Amino acid sequence: MKRIVSICLFLTALSLSFVACTDQADQKTATKMENKEKAPAARAKLVSNKVAGIQVGDQAPNFKLKNVDDKMYGLEDIKDANGNAPKGFIITFTCNTCPVAKMYEDRIIALHDKMSPLGYPVVAIQPNDPSMKPGDSFSEMQKRAADKNYPFVYLLDDGQEIFPQYGASRTPESYLVDNTFKLRYHGAIDDNSGDPDGVTINYVENAVSAIQSGQDPDPADIKAVGCGIKAKRT
Amino acid sequence: MSRFRILFSISIACLLTLFACSSSVEKEASTEGIAAENTTKPSLAFPVYESFSEIAPIFKEQSDTTYVINFWATWCKPCVKELPYFEALHDQFSGEKLKVILVSLDFKKDIEPKLIPFVEEHKLRSNVIALTDHKYNEWIDQVDPEWGGAIPVTVVYNSKKRQFVGESFANQDQLFELVKELL
Repeated sequence: MKRIVSICLFLTALSLSFVACTDQADQKTATKMENKEKAPAARAKLVSNKVAGIQVGDQAPNFKLKNVDDKMYGLEDIKDANGNAPKGFIITFTCNTCPVAKMYEDRIIALHDKMSPLGYPVVAIQPNDPSMKPGDSFSEMQKRAADKNYPFVYLLDDGQEIFPQYGASRTPESYLVDNTFKLRYHGAIDDNSGDPDGVTINYVENAVSAIQSGQDPDPADIKAVGCGIKAKRT
Repeated sequence: MSRFRILFSISIACLLTLFACSSSVEKEASTEGIAAENTTKPSLAFPVYESFSEIAPIFKEQSDTTYVINFWATWCKPCVKELPYFEALHDQFSGEKLKVILVSLDFKKDIEPKLIPFVEEHKLRSNVIALTDHKYNEWIDQVDPEWGGAIPVTVVYNSKKRQFVGESFANQDQLFELVKELL
């Protein structure tokens, strides 16, 4: 018996020492990882953050925008993964070009794959003016959606009339609305844009869980750093 | 006999743990040594802060100096475009009570591969600091409640006046005019 105990102790200590060391090694490689992507060049005027927009509890405006499949979509045209009318929508302003949005691309796909079966599909809207950001043109959106096989609609805010009504100022930026179109959560998808492995709080997922159990999401509004939405110069 | 075994295996385990950790510490020290040897280019010419609380005081100085604090990142194209305006401001007002601080929000993993080479390549003369505090929601409102999180943004203030600019400057004159109003 004592022998078993001693062997266990020994193994525990041994594995602890390994964990301690591999952990450090991981962090080292992480900081050394080189990311060669270059931000695309364009002269851009940012929208002011003074846009009024909607607050949590307000009614979210509906829209009719063109999807990458060339069809027009409003919220009433969107179904969840089971083909049912959704219980809510994860409306997410995102784009092809913003480095932060790119870091979230796979996470937005994963979010949809997890939430759409529960009745909460992602509705992606590209708010940048393509004349300011050629990489965000409709044809580039179509390419990106095809390359990554987006499982959600990817709509162009043509004319840029929708994002100001929401008060969106950055990409990525999410608005979780319920099936009465009431805004229940606004802001960041999770708490670590730079490092998906370092995420400790999945705000949108938590907000969906809260609604599912009849609660109000808390927190209901989380700010995060992102790219300014590029508005057409006037 | 069995007591001896327990003691023996515990002590071996302890030794191994110690050995494993001290060797990794040594490795770290030696890589740091290498980094230091390679620093004909300064490896860290600017401070990196992991928590906003460490830099919070620079937004509340009560001196006769005017502070121009710009939030930017190497990944943010409009930010990079307006950096020369701040550099020009720094140069033009170098004899006066004006301090230009460029707060980089580059991600922690990008400090070494991106930010350091960028600062060196552009020979930035203004004060550069890096802030890697990704708990954005906990500090964005402390800079300004009006700030939604998009960059660039700029705070210009002194003990008498304060101005928050939630967008990029169209040109250098726009920045200079704003600062002169506060001086």
